[in-house]
Amino acid sequence: MNKNKEQLLNKRYNAEQRFRLYGLSAIFMALLFLTIFIFKIFSTGYSAFQKTWLIVPVTFDAELMMLDQNPSKEDLQDADYYDIALKSMADLDPNANEDQENELKRMVSYFFEKEIKNELLNDPNLIGKTKEVYLTASDDLDQVFKGNYPRDLPEDQRRVSDYQLKIFDQLVANGKVESKFNISFFTNADSREAELAGIASSFMGSIFSILVCLMIAFPVAVLAAIYLEEFAPKNRFTDFIEVNINNLAAVPSIVFGLLGLGVLLAIFQLPRSTPLVGGITLSLMTLPTIIIAARASLKAVPPSIREAALAMGASRMQTTMHHTVPLSMPGTLSGTIIGLAQALGETAPLILIGMVAFVNTIPGSPMDPAASLPVQIYIWAESAERGFVEKVSACIMVLLGFLIIMNLFAQIIRHKFEKKWS
Amino acid sequence: MNLILFTFIVLLGFTSYYFGRKKAYTIQSTKKRLTALPQFYGYYLAIWCAIPAFIIFSLWAIFEPTIVKLLILSDYSNQGYLDDELNLIYEKTKALSRGQFTGEITPFIEASAEKYLSLRSIAQSSKVVIVLSAIIASVAYAYKRISSNSRTREPVEKFLNAVLFTASLAAILTTVGIVFSLIFQTIDFFKVIPLFDFVFGTHWYPAKAFVRDSSEALDPTMYSDTFGAVPIFAGTFFIAFIAMCVAIPIGLMSGIYLAEYASTKVRQYAKPLIEILAGIPTVVYGFFAALTVGPFLKELGTSMGLEVSAESALAAGGVMGIMIIPFISSLSDDVITSVPQSLRDGSYAMGATKSETIKRVIFPAALPGIVGSILLGVSRAIGETMIVVMASGLAANLTLNPLESTSTITAQIVVILIGDQAFGDPKTQAAFALGMSLFLVTLCLNIVALRVVKKYREKYE
Repeated sequence: MNKNKEQLLNKRYNAEQRFRLYGLSAIFMALLFLTIFIFKIFSTGYSAFQKTWLIVPVTFDAELMMLDQNPSKEDLQDADYYDIALKSMADLDPNANEDQENELKRMVSYFFEKEIKNELLNDPNLIGKTKEVYLTASDDLDQVFKGNYPRDLPEDQRRVSDYQLKIFDQLVANGKVESKFNISFFTNADSREAELAGIASSFMGSIFSILVCLMIAFPVAVLAAIYLEEFAPKNRFTDFIEVNINNLAAVPSIVFGLLGLGVLLAIFQLPRSTPLVGGITLSLMTLPTIIIAARASLKAVPPSIREAALAMGASRMQTTMHHTVPLSMPGTLSGTIIGLAQALGETAPLILIGMVAFVNTIPGSPMDPAASLPVQIYIWAESAERGFVEKVSACIMVLLGFLIIMNLFAQIIRHKFEKKWS
Repeated sequence: MNLILFTFIVLLGFTSYYFGRKKAYTIQSTKKRLTALPQFYGYYLAIWCAIPAFIIFSLWAIFEPTIVKLLILSDYSNQGYLDDELNLIYEKTKALSRGQFTGEITPFIEASAEKYLSLRSIAQSSKVVIVLSAIIASVAYAYKRISSNSRTREPVEKFLNAVLFTASLAAILTTVGIVFSLIFQTIDFFKVIPLFDFVFGTHWYPAKAFVRDSSEALDPTMYSDTFGAVPIFAGTFFIAFIAMCVAIPIGLMSGIYLAEYASTKVRQYAKPLIEILAGIPTVVYGFFAALTVGPFLKELGTSMGLEVSAESALAAGGVMGIMIIPFISSLSDDVITSVPQSLRDGSYAMGATKSETIKRVIFPAALPGIVGSILLGVSRAIGETMIVVMASGLAANLTLNPLESTSTITAQIVVILIGDQAFGDPKTQAAFALGMSLFLVTLCLNIVALRVVKKYREKYE
């Protein structure tokens, strides 16, 4: 009998241990996913911050460039650089036949002509001389150099030919291939060529959208929260508004995209693909988030503050505007930043209002067509070229970096400025 | 031009504030008692400056384009143009007047463009005149009122109250906007495709409904067996089901552990770390699912002799589940912590172990709240877009095999609406009909979930 009891007790204790273990492993699993996730992004993305350059001797032959004696600045602008660019690539292998010369040309980005031109514009005295110029390597060679490209594939399945690899290896052996920090990733707009594509346009698109979103959502949400928390009478109508806000916070984001498409674009005829429309759509999405945060922080201001102000003869409006609202601002602001961080990561509604268009210029205002960082991730993730994979990861790193900064900022505001009552 | 006018009006507002306050001081200096603080005199004047400006600006924005268009197109009336052609003429005129016209310039259009420009400039200058005179009149009226020292605080506060109330309507307006943008396209869609075919049809090939020439008559038989949404709905719920299979056990157990077992220190670090999962943009999950999880599952399946699609429902659903973990864990953590301590103490006093207490006492007590959190998670899973767009298939297969690819409502909306849309085309309308069904389903889930959670909170507060 006693033994039986002990067995039962042991069984129960074991069950207790097991249950605890389940809980612990659940947390462990969740954190494991997070780790794998971040590790994967960083391990594929960090190499995008480096860019491979080929150092190629270029002879600035005035005759090939169709230049006269003592050319002016305009002449240099208009000169023909294609031939010398082609020649300098072809000179890498003096025995190359025509096909091979073509392959040599494709070892660098199609931008090589411009790079050579800039070199001369910087130093016009180079005419007639030879200089080693840094040329952006094609994205495939870039990947080869970073070790991301399987060189052992059969040649017909590779985008890099054996011949190109041979010449490339020679260049590497001679120290004519260099890897430098990839500034163009941050300064270039999107491009069809992976080696030239950058995040500048989508970054500006994101900034403009978020600004528009902030300018609309923040004032409207704060005013709405003040009304609902401080002035609204308790009746059916205000209950209805509340239910509405809570529901809007849980409506799928793509529905807001349909709203933007069906109302902003189709009825109000606002320009497609622009951060203006994107920002308005996002502001409708963040509105409930900010209202809920602002109401919570208004609620947290103790009634004694209001009573003190009212006792001093302030009207209700004065009490609210002079005391309650300023005291609630830290909570409201941190809620706003968190809402904006959500909006910054939103993709689906922006795709529907056309912000997926290929934009190769950097937008200068919210009325110019643009993409945004998350949409850029989507665009690049859908392209087949291998060079884009690391770009996607790098873009994700930039986006996550921004989200982390915004969230930290929200935390700081909350802890530094929020008054603790009681 | 508008910007200059706007700045000027803002400046006028500030000046009238200043004069209003100054007037209050002069009244005060005559030893008369003010009816309100001096700045209210200023606010009063500034509001009287802002209201007419706002009204006229909005009226102009609404009516100017229509009136100009009518005037321009009156030249072309009685010439037998169709409405579409007239619209085209008007667009051409506008483009030409902006200097963005690329195409053959006919003398007609050129004349219209000139007329358009002159009309616009007339409209602009009359706007300036009307706005400014209205402001001057209303500010003069208000100034007269404050000179006689009538009340200013009450009207100013009433105005502010009205502004606050209007702002709170924004939420309702958004909901109305959503319904409005969905409903007309949806109704048009069901005019062509019978509701029955949409809800019970099992073939979904929107690509078949290519963009139609608008001059051709609409032939409904062309679209029979094209827009049957059963595979889409099935795929949506199937992927959401897979996601919940991942999210519920992990999320619920972590919630329980955090609430009942974890020390303050573990809780302090583990909770925000898990919540990071909720802050990662969904497009990042989509990339992860498409590039890492999908191929990994495919390889794993091949090594076990199974045929796994690279865009399997399992990959999309699994990654979606990871995304939903923090929603469920945070909410159930909150719900469990709000169960009163007395229930726990009672159970311990009867000799129950911690896990028995959790399973037999706390869990049943917290069940409504947990169900609410799961329902919210389901609604998230159904509405999630980017993961399915990037990681699951785009062709709608009717299947219950998690290793094959399926498609969802959200993915189909994106597929249909990406790129150029032609409004009035059944294919575009189909996307709105799908959006409508998505909105209705998630709305029901949300209302039920929110109500359950609210009821639960009230019970223990």
